[in-house]
Amino acid sequence: MATASQHRIRKRALKVAHFAGLFLAMSIICLPGLWVVLNSFRPTVEIMAKPPVWIPESLSLDHYRAMFGGAGEGGVPVLTYFRNSLIISVTSTVIALLVGMAGGYAFARYRFKGKGVMFVALMASRAVPGVALSLPLFIIFGRTGIIDTHFGLILVYVAMNVPFTIWLIDGFFRQVPKELAEAAEIDGCTRWQAFWRVEFPVARSGIASAGIFAFLTSWNEYALASQLTRSATSKTMPVGLLDFTSQFTLNWGGMCALAVLMIIPALVLTFLVQKHLIAGLTFGGVKG
Amino acid sequence: MTRNRLPPWLVLLLPAVIIILAVVAIPLVLSLYSSFTPYHLTRPDTLWKWTGSFNYIKAATDPNFWKAFGRTVLLLTIALNAEMLLGLGLALMVSKVTHGQRALRTAMMFPMMFSPILVGFQFKFIFNDNVGLVNNALQSLGLTDVAIPWLVDGNLAMFAIIFAEVWTSTSVFAILILAGLFALPQDPLEAAKVDGCTPWQSFRFVTLPFLMPFIYIAMAIRSLDVARAYDIVQVMTNGGPARRTELLWTLIGRTGYVDARMGYANAMGYIAILLSIGFTVYFFLKLQTARRELGMGD
Repeated sequence: MATASQHRIRKRALKVAHFAGLFLAMSIICLPGLWVVLNSFRPTVEIMAKPPVWIPESLSLDHYRAMFGGAGEGGVPVLTYFRNSLIISVTSTVIALLVGMAGGYAFARYRFKGKGVMFVALMASRAVPGVALSLPLFIIFGRTGIIDTHFGLILVYVAMNVPFTIWLIDGFFRQVPKELAEAAEIDGCTRWQAFWRVEFPVARSGIASAGIFAFLTSWNEYALASQLTRSATSKTMPVGLLDFTSQFTLNWGGMCALAVLMIIPALVLTFLVQKHLIAGLTFGGVKG
Repeated sequence: MTRNRLPPWLVLLLPAVIIILAVVAIPLVLSLYSSFTPYHLTRPDTLWKWTGSFNYIKAATDPNFWKAFGRTVLLLTIALNAEMLLGLGLALMVSKVTHGQRALRTAMMFPMMFSPILVGFQFKFIFNDNVGLVNNALQSLGLTDVAIPWLVDGNLAMFAIIFAEVWTSTSVFAILILAGLFALPQDPLEAAKVDGCTPWQSFRFVTLPFLMPFIYIAMAIRSLDVARAYDIVQVMTNGGPARRTELLWTLIGRTGYVDARMGYANAMGYIAILLSIGFTVYFFLKLQTARRELGMGD
């Protein structure tokens, strides 16, 4: 009896600790973001107030109005930047996923000479940071005339995302037992059919998460975009964010408003892909 | 059909290889060449003057370079380990949740949606000594009267940067480890339970080895990605105060763009790239070992 109640107490204590830990972690994760969202609705006076105003007295859409209206806050063409960002990120993610799926499949399923070296070489290409890559790219893009175009930035982002998409997708294809695809081939599928009917559905969760990563990387990239875009025809939002600060002394409220605008599409996309993620993950795992 | 066909793996890999050659390899050759010249942005003709290893010797004897180098390694070590441990803890906690797990998982990915530029601004705001959230909270709670100079003191600034870095990227680990936890086969866990393992033992000897490949994948991705600390540091402290938070990349960026000494910047860049490649190869080898232990083959 004594051990049973002890057991129960321990279980309850664990539950409380679990909840407390989760609550703490989640608040650290969410608070800075919520702080940004909250401040995008607050007038500048309240943001700068000393002693701090904890409970907002007045919320307004002033920063948003100024941002879209173009008046007051310098007429930054936010909507154009938004469209540029969207076109560039979506296109480069789709291409990177297709290229990455082909490459990941090759690494997971075929044996060939120099595989290890090739894999490391691909990954090493990621080690080159945007800062170091931007100058030679700037010169080459200038010569070929693709600087300040959507195409140029899409090209760069595909190259940035491919190694890492291959890496993730390779890992997920490895989780799918070879026997599964082989069985399908014995049953009369071609390798192509076996891939789409058997391996792709199982690895779909991995592909979805690779897609999220690729999209977020393109959406948020700054170091290269700041050098390879010059004008409103191709400037993306992270570069546009700096437009705000160069024309004004740090305008926290306006920046927060643009930040919220940057986060919304990312949030929506994550929600959409999560369904896939869960469907793939609850497939029941891979029992060999 | 007697046509000589390429092996299928090559056909599958070709698009990836071509695009990486075009966007990464060729520019890198160009910048490798320029690292042996005194190339100056404003004087294009200096690109044709060969000075051999002059830039490399200059970097190797520059104390500022070595300080930035050491700081980058320190940042990598602290940030990666903290992110790994916190990510593992977070993934385990989230995987135990039965209701509202989906919402939690989405909230968990929240920091990843932030552009590093944005994270920099956000934490510059939060750690601001005058109007920042941290100081406001500490003062309102009566824990301190003075405004703590978070971004002005060298050590505190480094802490703030590491905090920002860990805040953004812990979720990368958490998501990947969570994916691993879902793929975890249940049979060995049940067997371990039947054999009388304590929860700790079955975690240590069944779950953790299975998760290792996922952890190494996350590690390797992050060790390369930490270069994006450039954006965060650039915005938060710009390498200051007095170079106390200068990382390799901010030093290179400053030398290249502000001082326009591109040749020298590229030489330092190459040393830094070798460092990153070292990390990648290390985690790649670890990944191979972990996979082999799990019997996932080559």
